[in-house]
Amino acid sequence: MAGIEVTSLHKRYPDGTVAVEHVDLSIGDGELFVMLGPSGCGKTTTLRAMAGLERQTSGDIRIGTTLVNDLAPAERDIAMVFQFYALYPHLRTRDNLAFPLRAEGLPEKEVRERVAEASRMMQLDPLLDRRPHRLSGGEQQRVALARALVRRPRAFLMDEPLTNLDAELRADTRTEIKHLQAELGTTMVYVTHDQVEAMSLGHRIAILNKGRVEQVGTPLEVYDRPASLFCASFIGSPPMNLIPVELAEHGLRGAGGLVLAPPPGLPRDRALVAGVRPEALEVTAPGADATVPARVVSAEALGDEIIYVVDHGGATDVRVRMPPTARFETDAHVGLRHSGATPPVYDTTTEELVA
Amino acid sequence: MAISIDEAVPAPVTDDAPTARRRGGTARRVIEVLLLVIIAVAMLFPVLWMLETSIKENRDVYAVPAKFFNFDFTLDHYKDVFVAQGGGRSDLSGSFLNSVIVAGASTVLATVLGVPAAWAYSRFTLKAKKDQLFFILSTRFMPPVVVVIPIFLMYRELGLIDSKLGLVLIYAAFNVPFTIWMMKGFVDEVPAEYEDAAMLDGYTRLQAFRKFTLPLLVPGIAATAVFALIFSWNEFVFAIFLTSSQEVRTAPPAIAGLIGGTTVDWGLVAASAVVFALPVLVFAYLVRKHLVAGVTLGAVRR
Repeated sequence: MAGIEVTSLHKRYPDGTVAVEHVDLSIGDGELFVMLGPSGCGKTTTLRAMAGLERQTSGDIRIGTTLVNDLAPAERDIAMVFQFYALYPHLRTRDNLAFPLRAEGLPEKEVRERVAEASRMMQLDPLLDRRPHRLSGGEQQRVALARALVRRPRAFLMDEPLTNLDAELRADTRTEIKHLQAELGTTMVYVTHDQVEAMSLGHRIAILNKGRVEQVGTPLEVYDRPASLFCASFIGSPPMNLIPVELAEHGLRGAGGLVLAPPPGLPRDRALVAGVRPEALEVTAPGADATVPARVVSAEALGDEIIYVVDHGGATDVRVRMPPTARFETDAHVGLRHSGATPPVYDTTTEELVA
Repeated sequence: MAISIDEAVPAPVTDDAPTARRRGGTARRVIEVLLLVIIAVAMLFPVLWMLETSIKENRDVYAVPAKFFNFDFTLDHYKDVFVAQGGGRSDLSGSFLNSVIVAGASTVLATVLGVPAAWAYSRFTLKAKKDQLFFILSTRFMPPVVVVIPIFLMYRELGLIDSKLGLVLIYAAFNVPFTIWMMKGFVDEVPAEYEDAAMLDGYTRLQAFRKFTLPLLVPGIAATAVFALIFSWNEFVFAIFLTSSQEVRTAPPAIAGLIGGTTVDWGLVAASAVVFALPVLVFAYLVRKHLVAGVTLGAVRR
């Protein structure tokens, strides 16, 4: 087992596309580390560089204490799970699992033991004599996971392994991966564009955008204090409300006189935007304490909660998360107030967190 | 490619049939069928006539009015295709052998060059990849006959005139672009992850291609090779311009050469044409699915 250090990684393809601009990551030993970002942000390229499937243009990658820049994928002692499973179509499950071990040249007795062990862990015993085309998507992905397990690698690299599964199976397999990683204690780097997956799996999350790391932090850190406007709009569903504010005497003032608690140390002379989570706002009866007048534009009843889209005279409408007991009609006149803690505030030009 | 259109066209018509009937257009349907029959007869009559001529006694071949039925049956013409008058191999059979060698070798060459190229174009990010692919395709934009004279002059300088090697090279040159484009489609269908997984299991990039991707490409390679084979087998223009001696001449110019003297042995012409057409028909039948796919290629985006 080992941590992974990525220093000043840069990847430029021969056709001129820059997939990774500059990435520094320090992944701890035994950590479940998630790289999250929209497609084209460089997360998969970074992972493939760790695996040795892409050669970086510049920068260093260390697995444990070994500098692996010049090592072939097989020499890096890692295992990778792919989005399309990549099970060898002509081999039965049993031989698919044994394949990397035989390629390594292990004695057949140990191969059999390890295959049996992995098969037990992933509950594959009934599937051992089938070929991939006779397995469902979920079964194929379990075999792919088991094939990564048998190698007992120093680190697992997961490239969007759940993307091709349906929603229910995805949730189950997600739990399974989390348990597996906890049980084995092996370092795991997990790439996804699904924020729910990232939040529920990761010990820490790195948010990537345009080939750069925007933020690294625990799921809660990333949720509570997004480091940039990009992170603020990427994490959370519905996303953070970005409310243009100005520094007033009693705090931050948004459109219509909406008052937000100001974080300390705000610069005075810059255009600011406050990031307010939908659950940090509250829709009330009109005229209630500390509210600004507003109008309900639409309501999405989701059962366990209602998302109100509210117009309070600002440039954009805000979204408010309310319990299902709070009922307001569309077009109703209501009050809006901020009820959460001090929101993170961003500079609109640098798009970075200022306080 | 004419076959491909014949194969592709009847299908939509049968699909349309129920719609036409639902509209109550019985007359419309009768006209449709009638037109199709006329086209079919017009297209198939020469083929039928060729078959008939190849098995008629000579006096029936030249009979006026022509005999459609109750002619005397013979296989002598087919014997003449392969056996010379005084016994031994005929000149025509030599030409057929040349055709087999030239078409086979050029197909192998085009496949050996084209398949790895297609793989590379499918898998790697290359500088100006689209432009390169377009350039490769553009070599097929013009009719080959346009370059006959430059090729002839170049071949004369190089001493490739009237040699099988010359024909093999020129046919391969025409088939490589086609092979690259058709195979790229097949390679795109095979997930690159197989190779990634194999590389993690300790194979090099090329070993991964050979051991995992290549076996999955075999049906595609077979289909592509058959297309290349049919092209090389049928090619006439270059064959007639670039060859002159009996030892090198392939079947198409050789058969054409049978027509011309004071008398034409139509029975022999027909029989050799049948022998010439048979392999193409067999191969076209084998890849008929891909022929239709070729016509509709790119029509539906996955």
